[in-house]
Parts: sequence; structure tokens; C-alpha cells
Amino acid sequence: MSEKGTDRVKRGMAEMQKGGVIMDVVNAEQAKIAEAAGATAVMALERVPSDIRKEGGVARMADPRITEEVMNAVSIPVMAKARIGHITEARVLEAMGVDYIDESEVLTPADEEFHLLKNDYTVPFVCGCRNIGEAARRIGEGASMLRTKGEPGTGNIVEAVRHLRQVNAEVRNIVAMGEDELMTAARDLGASYEFLKEVKLLGRLPVVNFAAGGIATPADAALMMELGADGVFVGSGIFKSDQPERFARAIVEATAHYQDYALIAKLSKDLGPAMKGLEMATIGAADRMQERGW
Amino acid sequence: MKIGVLALQGAVREHVLAIQACGAEAVVVKNDGQLAELDGLVLPGGESTAMRRLIDRAELMEPLREFADSGKPMFGTCAGLVLLAKEIEGQEAAHLGVMDMTVARNSFGRQVDSFEADLDIVGIDAPFPAVFIRAPHIVRAGADVEVLCEYEGRIVLARSGPFLGCSFHPELTGDHRLMQLFLDMVENRELLPTEAHYSKI
Repeated sequence: MSEKGTDRVKRGMAEMQKGGVIMDVVNAEQAKIAEAAGATAVMALERVPSDIRKEGGVARMADPRITEEVMNAVSIPVMAKARIGHITEARVLEAMGVDYIDESEVLTPADEEFHLLKNDYTVPFVCGCRNIGEAARRIGEGASMLRTKGEPGTGNIVEAVRHLRQVNAEVRNIVAMGEDELMTAARDLGASYEFLKEVKLLGRLPVVNFAAGGIATPADAALMMELGADGVFVGSGIFKSDQPERFARAIVEATAHYQDYALIAKLSKDLGPAMKGLEMATIGAADRMQERGW
Repeated sequence: MKIGVLALQGAVREHVLAIQACGAEAVVVKNDGQLAELDGLVLPGGESTAMRRLIDRAELMEPLREFADSGKPMFGTCAGLVLLAKEIEGQEAAHLGVMDMTVARNSFGRQVDSFEADLDIVGIDAPFPAVFIRAPHIVRAGADVEVLCEYEGRIVLARSGPFLGCSFHPELTGDHRLMQLFLDMVENRELLPTEAHYSKI
């Protein structure tokens, strides 16, 4: 007898992505470029985060035609974004056979109180987090993979660094705590006691955690690996650069060999301008995507 | 005994833990200079297309083929199986191409079709728990390929000389018996059948 949609199958799929780069694409042509460059998966969406930021309006699940074209164009896994709490968008993506759903703060939330009950689905989910409490709540709902949020569409790594450092520092704290301290930590962090016990036992999060939100150069990708990310999501950084093919290849290689600094120097030479990027102070509180999610 | 895990991308940590749990030394391999000291090499699960790009860019293809030619055992799981295969269905070129078989990629379907199942494996007490993730399977096994397990009529584990390959992910469960079988191949390398042996049959 076989069983589909188990935790092991859903979390295991993310384990196979480790050390890899997942790239945002908006059409089949970009998906092929990403695959040829060595992306481990692509994220199909209608607009990359920097365009969503620029154009404003409500950002929703992509037109299924785009997702379908991407799925037909490549043999690597295809992920797609659904709005936070949008049960129907998620079910539609599952019905289409998408390999992973990102319940993403990059899109405009459909529900400002509740996230999806991801345990109910056969398809696995990845969710954003900025701290161990958010990580615990998303895993509790059934997320099989995490990514630190950063600030999407900015090309500025500062928030991605902040969030990954925060999550990892909190994991280290939990591991170092006495078991009698965990319940109070659970209360303070908004994480379940059982979850913190598991983190303490494993010495790490129970699912793969990628970095996202602001990675714009090969050195940015390598930095996130250095700080302990299992892999990276690159959104606007690749196809908003001057030479997407070269950028994509360089980021893949820098992620795999993140401590080979001579190689990263070579990869970064003459890449042309990266995406322009935004200074955090210029983004109003209401425009910070990282604040979405509860 | 030193066993390398090719660490360009994929489930490296899980194989390292399995190797250590079986009492051998694990080496995380990122460049060709590390191959010489190894007694065996694991090609982990991950994305085979991404791994291939990274193998090419790290100029590892020839060193890996030389490693295979030297008769030192290699164990490929999922993407690793695809890397070992002589032919890949629907693709013009193979990767390492050292094991005489044809492999079909993603042949059980997309992620929503990924599954867990118990297997009957030749030489291992049943059941053996297996996790299949967007898994490939062996559609043609050459004359010198010994089929060790089929699941619903599909070949999912096979051995040929120093090469062992499977569709599923033994590294994702706590059952290390398949890793032990590989380590036994490494330990008893001189007893493994060679091409010369098969040509006599």
C-alpha cells in the first residue's frame, strides 16, 4: 500500500531543494532560462515582487495559463503563489498539479486573521517567517518548508539578513534552554510547547528553511548560505538584472560554493548592473510586505 | 572506510548521517581533489538538471567518470540514479552514463503523486520503508544489471558491478540497511562482478 501527501513526502521534497536556487519567473521563456542555469525549481507568478511594488493594486494568484505554460516548459519542480488565507486559490493550484504552493505575503492577503490549514492538502506548502514564533505557527498549520521573509522586491538584503539571524538565534536559544524553561518560552514566542521540544531535540528547525526577499547578487546569495540558509529564493533579482542568463548561472554557482570566495569574485565580474534596489527607509510601513502574516 | 557525498546540491546532510550511523567516515565532496581519498561515493537526491550544471561548471565530469572507471563503488539515489544511467528517456545525452540502464525521470508523476510505500528488496528483510519524491524509475536494465527491487512492475533498485542505484530516498528514513548494503559493496570491492565477469556469462 502506498500513501501520498505524508509529512515525510512533503518535507522530503524541500530537502531535495537544499543548496539550490528557486527563481521567480513570469513566463515559459524565463522558466527555461532558469532551468538551463541550474535552478532547482521555479516560482511561477504574474508579476515579480518589484513590479507588484511599483504598480500597486491587488496582487493575486497568477493566471493559470502562465502557471500551466511554465509547468509544460520545464522538468524541474514548479511552485506557485497563493494569497494568504485564500483557500480556493490554493485548491486551484493543487488541482493544476503545481509541485509546491507558496502562501505568500508578496501577494495581497485574502484573510487578515487566518492562514491556510495546510495540513488538509496533498500538495506541500512553503511559508514566510521572520522569527521562530511565525515559523512554529506556519509549521503547526502544515507548512513543509519555510523561507525567511526579507523584504521582497527591494534588491536590498538587509531584511533577509535580519530575519535569518533572528530565526537562527532563537533556535540556538531554544537548544540551549533547560526543558523546564520551554513552556514560558512557548508563551513568549507564540510557538507551541511541542514545537519547541522538537527544535530542542533536533537542534534545528524540523523543516528546510530558505532565505528570500532582497537577494540581488551572487554575493548576496552566498551570504545567506553563510548565515545558515538551506538555499535561496531569488525573485526580482535575476530577470530585473541586465544579463539574466549570466546572473542566474552566477547565483546558482555562488550558492553551491558559497565559501569559495575566489570563485565568487570571478562570478561577479562584469555582470553588469544588478537590479537598482530600494533603501528600507524609503518604504512606508504600509508598503512593507513582511508585516503581512499573523 | 571513507565515503564521499557529492555536495553540489540536494539531501547531503541525510546521507552523511546515514553513513556515520553505519560506522563509516563521511566526506562532503565539492571538488575533484577530494575524490582520491575516498573508498566510495554517494550521489544524493536533489534536482538532476541542477546537479549536472554544477558538475560541469566545477569540471567534475571527467574526475567522476575516472572514479567510476577505477571500480570504486558509487551509490545514486533518485537524482543520483539519473546521473548514473547510460540513457535517459526523452533526453539526447546522459550524465555520467556508467550504469547500463535507461531511466525515465519524474515517472510516477508530479509532487502530488509522490508517496511512501513498503518495498520487498532482494537480500533485505521486508518491509523496507521507501519515500518516492517525483521519482524516476529504471525502464530498461542491461544484461549486467541485477534488479534488486520492483514496485508495481517498475524497477526501483538495481546493482551493476560497483554501481548501486535506486528511485527512492533511503536517506529520508531512519532505516540504514540499504546504506549498509552499499558499505558492504565498498568493503568487499574485490568480490564485485566486473565487466570481464559479465562478458564470460
